[in-house]
Amino acid sequence: MSFRASHLLGIEHLQAPEITTLLDLADQYAEHNRIGRPHRDVLEGLTQINMFFENSTRTQASFEIAGKRLGADVMNMAMQASSIKKGETLIDTALTLNAMRPDLLVVRHPNSGAVDLLAQKVNCAVLNAGDGRHEHPTQALLDALTIRRAKGRLHRLSIAICGDVAHSRVARSNIMLLGKMENRVRLVGPPTLLPSGVEEFGVEVFHDMREGLRDVDVVMMLRLQKERMDGGFIPSEREYFHRYGLDSEKLSHAKDDAIVMHPGPMNRGVEIDGQIADDINRSVIQEQVEMGVAVRMAAMDLLARNLRAARGAKAAGVMA
Amino acid sequence: MKTLLENARLIDPETGTETRGALMIDGGVIGDAADAPDQTIDCHGQCLAPGIVDIGVKVSEPGERHKESFASAGRAAVAGGITTIVTRPDTDPAIDTPETLEFVERRASIDAAVNVLPMAALTKARAGREMTEIGFLMDAGAVAFTDCDRVITDTKVFSRALTYARSCGALVVGHVQEPGLSSGGAVTSGKFATLRGLSGVSPMAERMGLDRDVALLEMTGAAYHVDQITTARALPALERAKANGLDITAGVGIHHLTLNEMDVADYRTFFKLKPPLRAEEDRLAVVEAVASGLIDIICSMHTPQDEESKRLPYEEAASGAVALETLLPAALRLVHNGYLDMPTLFRALSLNPAKRLGLSGGRLTPGAPADLVLFDPDASHRLDRFALKSKSKNTPFDGTILQGRVTATYVGGVNMTEALDA
Repeated sequence: MSFRASHLLGIEHLQAPEITTLLDLADQYAEHNRIGRPHRDVLEGLTQINMFFENSTRTQASFEIAGKRLGADVMNMAMQASSIKKGETLIDTALTLNAMRPDLLVVRHPNSGAVDLLAQKVNCAVLNAGDGRHEHPTQALLDALTIRRAKGRLHRLSIAICGDVAHSRVARSNIMLLGKMENRVRLVGPPTLLPSGVEEFGVEVFHDMREGLRDVDVVMMLRLQKERMDGGFIPSEREYFHRYGLDSEKLSHAKDDAIVMHPGPMNRGVEIDGQIADDINRSVIQEQVEMGVAVRMAAMDLLARNLRAARGAKAAGVMA
Repeated sequence: MKTLLENARLIDPETGTETRGALMIDGGVIGDAADAPDQTIDCHGQCLAPGIVDIGVKVSEPGERHKESFASAGRAAVAGGITTIVTRPDTDPAIDTPETLEFVERRASIDAAVNVLPMAALTKARAGREMTEIGFLMDAGAVAFTDCDRVITDTKVFSRALTYARSCGALVVGHVQEPGLSSGGAVTSGKFATLRGLSGVSPMAERMGLDRDVALLEMTGAAYHVDQITTARALPALERAKANGLDITAGVGIHHLTLNEMDVADYRTFFKLKPPLRAEEDRLAVVEAVASGLIDIICSMHTPQDEESKRLPYEEAASGAVALETLLPAALRLVHNGYLDMPTLFRALSLNPAKRLGLSGGRLTPGAPADLVLFDPDASHRLDRFALKSKSKNTPFDGTILQGRVTATYVGGVNMTEALDA
């Protein structure tokens, strides 16, 4: 097995073989989930804490189900409501939690880099469930697994990532993962929603949706993150939908068997036409959610193995 | 009392030369080396240069003495070969009245081991609405006027303040930045900002700020110093302004000369500065501008921050770094790497800032104050931030090897390095 990391903070630090190892294991969990076979021994006796400093329903639920299927004791902390409001710093919160000896810490935070900072201060495995605009590694991994299952491979595919790339951690993690697996990545969106310097990431940039979708295998839509807008990135929602919303006409420029993805939650009629989202022949959006649980099970399984190995080695050192 | 410092490598920025020789300290001033000395000190071939005049040092008095006091800043300055610190008014409260300024001067005269010259705020509470009592403040000893990193957005207020300052013969120090474009930015926009998911500020914001201020100088004729020029794009505008005969000078902080945006790496907040660190091309362009003299002054931009204000997610962490002790060793990197020669370096560290403020120091000529730094340019050491004399330890150079060590700092002819050790 080649998966050596002690935390899952981002795709940036993963090697291609590690990604493959994780996806292979997730594939198995996906099948077992379908036939309803739990694996409650995998994380038995381990405590998983979900710390969400930013609202989330689906990601938090996905991590909770993944942990419970593997037998972990899962605890959810709604951080917006707690000590942060009382002025406690992130580091103090981390140290307090660390003293309770958790084994797996799942963290989402509105600031880029906050999860890295927290991981430096605790003695358990940390999973990044999204930090600011930086990374969202489990989302990129579940997208990769969905693509691999639909297309039969995860290399030499042409993939268009469309919409609000500038504010999207999902896009950053996906650009890195798909690049590491040797795919052609296109970014499609208005220039105001594409981050600066993005040309240097080895991607092709398109401002015209039809051109950008021409002959691609995968169309990955992003949520138009209204809550992140300082104002003035696009003229209006209706113009955005007209120029960049995915409808059947624009999708007709992609390959006939191109799949449509969306990390959710969707704004129907803003970035995606409802009919396409529901088209079971094209949309794999529900499968993405399903793969999310499998990928998170695999990630926590692998990290727990490394954690147990590290603790075993440390204990052996103490005995010796 | 006449002390002869002999066997020294004399760095004279005024003549642009370095020579082997001796220098006489006669009381508080530089004397004639040909006179008969009362005592002789062998410098063992080390460099002897005019003491550094550092424009833009933040001493956190009043308000945040736990971050830096005049005593600790003075010790740090002595350790760094800085003989005059020109302090910033961005304290809490701001230094915007003669009364506050007098408090600062009293504290400085009791505690500081080096010369302290205070700057005062240009507008009340640095709020950019009403100008301060520039005349009274000058009478009380303010050497320049600045709102520090706050840009006065109301150009009418700024133009009036510049006009009034000119009538008083006051120097105004400004921070060039288009605040609309740079708002919310924690790093320079570009590949690195995108990779780290941090909000970026376009380097163009600096040039736009400079363009605006140059236009206001054409209008008002005020004496103006830009605290920091950090981008290549701003340099042609600066060059034009100087060629057009405006009374403008420019500085640059030591970190922008020696580090670039990639040094932030994994969200290292000690590298968070204002303006943010730039691309390597910008750094090289700015180094070249110092060598050519287009950028006049190198300063430390010493900004003490406690651990709590830095141990935060990058975008929430405070900006600034301490640099009194690392200014000279870091600047010597530019000499060791062949970008500058020693006299050019001290032109930017000592002579030009002294000239800009109308001081008689920054020179090795007889009659000038005996503010001197004796240093070994080659002695290397690994910096341990907890060994710094500053109360705050927020240096980006922690753990790196610095080449160059101060042996003695003379303030008014007194060896303060020795005096502080005693």
